[in-house]
Amino acid sequence: MDLTPIWLTLKLATIATMVLLLIGLPVAYWLSKGRSVIKIILEAIITMPLVLPPSVLGFYLLLAFSPQHGIGKWLHDTFNIQFVFSFQGLILASVIYSMPFMIGPIKSALQQLPLSLSQASYTLGKTERQTFIKVLLPNIRSSVLTAAILTFAHTLGEFGVVLMIGGNIPNVTRVASIAVYDSVENMDYHAANIYSLILFSITFVMVISVFVFNKYKVKSPLE
Amino acid sequence: MITVDIEKKLKAYHGQQVLKIAGQFENGSVTKIYGPSGAGKTTFLKVIAGLINPEKGKIAVGDIIWLDTALRISLSPQKRKVGFVFQSYALFSNMTVQQHLAYATDDKQWIKRLLEIGKLETFAKHKPEYLSGGQQQRLAILRAMAIKPKLLLMDEPFSALDPKMKSGLIPELKLLWEELGTTTLIVSHNPQELEGLADREMEINPSL
Repeated sequence: MDLTPIWLTLKLATIATMVLLLIGLPVAYWLSKGRSVIKIILEAIITMPLVLPPSVLGFYLLLAFSPQHGIGKWLHDTFNIQFVFSFQGLILASVIYSMPFMIGPIKSALQQLPLSLSQASYTLGKTERQTFIKVLLPNIRSSVLTAAILTFAHTLGEFGVVLMIGGNIPNVTRVASIAVYDSVENMDYHAANIYSLILFSITFVMVISVFVFNKYKVKSPLE
Repeated sequence: MITVDIEKKLKAYHGQQVLKIAGQFENGSVTKIYGPSGAGKTTFLKVIAGLINPEKGKIAVGDIIWLDTALRISLSPQKRKVGFVFQSYALFSNMTVQQHLAYATDDKQWIKRLLEIGKLETFAKHKPEYLSGGQQQRLAILRAMAIKPKLLLMDEPFSALDPKMKSGLIPELKLLWEELGTTTLIVSHNPQELEGLADREMEINPSL
């Protein structure tokens, strides 16, 4: 029984979640402050993976990062980076595909914080960055954790996008969801069952942990 | 001397109102600000602190211009660094009482003194959720005082304090303000609350 697809999936979900935490926190903070046409358009783009068929997203990523033309050719010629049929490509696709799961909850949590919290911090002479790190972020930590868990779990279950951009290369892009499909195609129901059961167990534990954590989260003193 | 002359549009139930305020506040003075609900008292304090920008106006503190809309000057709240007591307290639920004060100042002796004045020494390690309403309000006042402000803006700062606590705290605060030369503006609904504390009064009434 080859467990490499499981390790590959966990590695992909961990890296994608970490990248999305780094990108998602500042983007969600920026989106949470006021509204503008640019913000509405960007938010719509970020939300698109929720409604777009994953194969469509994968198809466009495949075209965009093909080493034969455009950005893909430039990246390949300049930095020798190839996103198509590579693990880097899976990371890129996962980051785009799971972005709404990271940014959405964090943005909502920031918008629900009273404005007076950051205002109080500013009057104490603190910068926007200090206020974000010392005041806002600790007050939304349960939402950040929820977003990170959902992002991780969502990345575990990717299929269409990763198949389009990564294909099915053993030890490189053959993640668990693809291994399930591949096993069924080869009539190997035992392997498909093992992969499915592992994926089901991990995601179930993660979703349960979100509910448990949110139930016992610290309440605001003014609630 | 603090000179204020501002104009700010306010949204109200019966249409738009204009908040027009012009006045001067002597250094070290204590001014009580009163007026009907929705008159713009809180907005006025926030305009002075730099948290809200008015459509028109000028604010000068001594020789320094904090705001001049004609010259497009508006110092950030961080540069104005006024002490501000929010009506909702705006306490940080992730910080203990001690951490609130340490966030505002590094002066440990000053923090110790403030805790004594606010009678919060025994609650230093408590987070706001474990404090009563009155204790939370005292913490909000102490946090604003922690930066040793030259200008202190207080929005209904004593509303949750019992009479005994209030009568103990107010003289202590007045001593601190005299020591620091703090100019204080206090918004209050209660006419008797600031008797003997405020040197002067200012009524706020927006015009249609």
